[in-house]
Amino acid sequence: MSIEVRDVVKRFGSFTALRGVSLAIPSGALVAFLGPSGSGKTTLLRIIAGLEAPDRGEVLFAGKNATDQRVQDRRVGFVFQHYALFRHMTVFENVAFGLRVRPRSERPPEAEIRRRVGELLKLVQLEGLGGRYPAQLSGGQRQRVALARALAIEPRVLLLDEPFGALDAKVRQELRRWLRRLHDELEITTVVVTHDQEEALEVADLVVVMNEGRIEQVGTPEEVYDRPVSPFVYHFLGSVNLFHGRLDRGVLRVGPLELAAPEHADAQDAPGTGYARPHDLVVERQPPEGTGLPAIVRNIHVVGPSVRLELWRRDTGEPVEAELSKDSFRELAIREGELVFVRPRNLRVFREAAPPSRAVTV
Amino acid sequence: MATPKRSVLPGFGLTMGLTLLYLSLLVLVPLSALFLKTATLTWAEFWATVTAPRVLAACRLSFGAALVAALINGACGLLVAWVLVRYRFPGRGILDGIVDLPFALPTAVGGLALTTAYAPGGWIGRYLAPLGIEAAFTPLGVTIALTFTGLPFVVRTVQPVLQDLPPEVEEAAATLGASRWQTFVRVTLPTLLPAVLTGFTLAFARALGEYGSVVFISGNMPMKTEILPLLIMAKLEQFDYPGATALAVVMLTASFALLLAINLLQGHTSRRQREG
Repeated sequence: MSIEVRDVVKRFGSFTALRGVSLAIPSGALVAFLGPSGSGKTTLLRIIAGLEAPDRGEVLFAGKNATDQRVQDRRVGFVFQHYALFRHMTVFENVAFGLRVRPRSERPPEAEIRRRVGELLKLVQLEGLGGRYPAQLSGGQRQRVALARALAIEPRVLLLDEPFGALDAKVRQELRRWLRRLHDELEITTVVVTHDQEEALEVADLVVVMNEGRIEQVGTPEEVYDRPVSPFVYHFLGSVNLFHGRLDRGVLRVGPLELAAPEHADAQDAPGTGYARPHDLVVERQPPEGTGLPAIVRNIHVVGPSVRLELWRRDTGEPVEAELSKDSFRELAIREGELVFVRPRNLRVFREAAPPSRAVTV
Repeated sequence: MATPKRSVLPGFGLTMGLTLLYLSLLVLVPLSALFLKTATLTWAEFWATVTAPRVLAACRLSFGAALVAALINGACGLLVAWVLVRYRFPGRGILDGIVDLPFALPTAVGGLALTTAYAPGGWIGRYLAPLGIEAAFTPLGVTIALTFTGLPFVVRTVQPVLQDLPPEVEEAAATLGASRWQTFVRVTLPTLLPAVLTGFTLAFARALGEYGSVVFISGNMPMKTEILPLLIMAKLEQFDYPGATALAVVMLTASFALLLAINLLQGHTSRRQREG
């Protein structure tokens, strides 16, 4: 079932949580809403679920307006960050709840309920734990009970609010991989809210990056990571190096470097900043004249298969982070304290609205 | 090394000792005296005292009215707590304060006020009289007085639990298709039940021992509106100390048995939902 959100605005008192958000989620996709806290991602999810009403705008399920539909009638499976299990009920009764509260005419017979709950508990790998109470389960198990309970109503869409946020790193990783497999099996349109970029990039087909009540970018994990459309997305998804300089007719000048910025061909001596990921930097000992920024190696960290270099630019004193493969690190044979030259291999330039207080020209 | 295991929590010996001393001085020693005094009676005398028709009638009234009052408080106290926690309205603070008044007031004052209101010519009594309902000087009056004194207990035990109830739990029920009523009956109420039971127990215990507020409104007619604590007072005034303590022992034993039973039930319902 496809979901569409049109121009949704939501305020809480003087705080504006959503400032006119529009989004189309294709049927069967697994989408991640990614953003810092306060970016409006949870509010958007709750509006889709019907737990909040938008001040303006519409929510459509499969092209039909669902804005005024009650939560009870929307048939959305919602999984809460802190599980929100019914603690006075067994695991079995928790999962069966959605079936038991149906009107008498639609309620499946007891044997059917038993069969369905049994199947769901098997699906979430909790067979044999149906008689336990939530207090007797681990965090990961509780979250799977919450998921089974949400799936019991055969939801049209599955919405998860920071589902793995309260779990430790290892369980979190296992559960999100398992969620991905489950989604591929059930083919149900799923939205996951998260502030963890790694989680969003690993699990989702489509990542919606949100900031301050707006959508910054919608794209596949590769798109949002490799081709961010704004400085915010660059910062939020992974680490990034900033090169402040002057932008003039399609060229960004940073110290001795002249970097191509063809999308800014109309700029006339304006402040601009180049953004480059650590693995998009070239580190050399003796580059051709004028093609590298001098920097001192401050620290070398060997992290698994790659090597992270902490550098300080000799001209401005700004820190630069570079990531090399082990092979190229061995070829360079550099040590801490030595002089190297860096230049970005891949760079994206944004014009600065207001120049930061730090020196912009180099 | 084979040293005995010591608990990490400090101070068990000291706090337990003080607890026992405190309870002994205040509760156990005085109550033991009660049993010793009663022991001056022979079994036959004891039996004759406690099975006198007037005593049995008082027993029925005391336990019956206390039970009814606690039940009313259980239901209405839950309602009051709900209103105080769930809604924001002008005057909420004042309403919240009113709940505690039965605690603060000398019970005799409360009893007088109730009698004035519920007497046939009183503010409320005059509207009840045409309906054929007599409140003052009947068992109904006794129940009203006991309900009055027990009011704060359920409200104050349920309030914090309701406050801590995460809204997500009720939202989860709604997303699963439950109506508001189904959510309340199947989710909210069972979660609050241990607290309601605790409040019920306290209100019941308080009502059993209540004396001051009842004596005015009940009229104290033997066999009709005489409560057990009053009967004990009557015996004391006639210098029938063994008789008075015999009644006290019966009351004590019955109350203890009832409270223990409710506590066990309460422990059972709350044990499995302690966390999560």
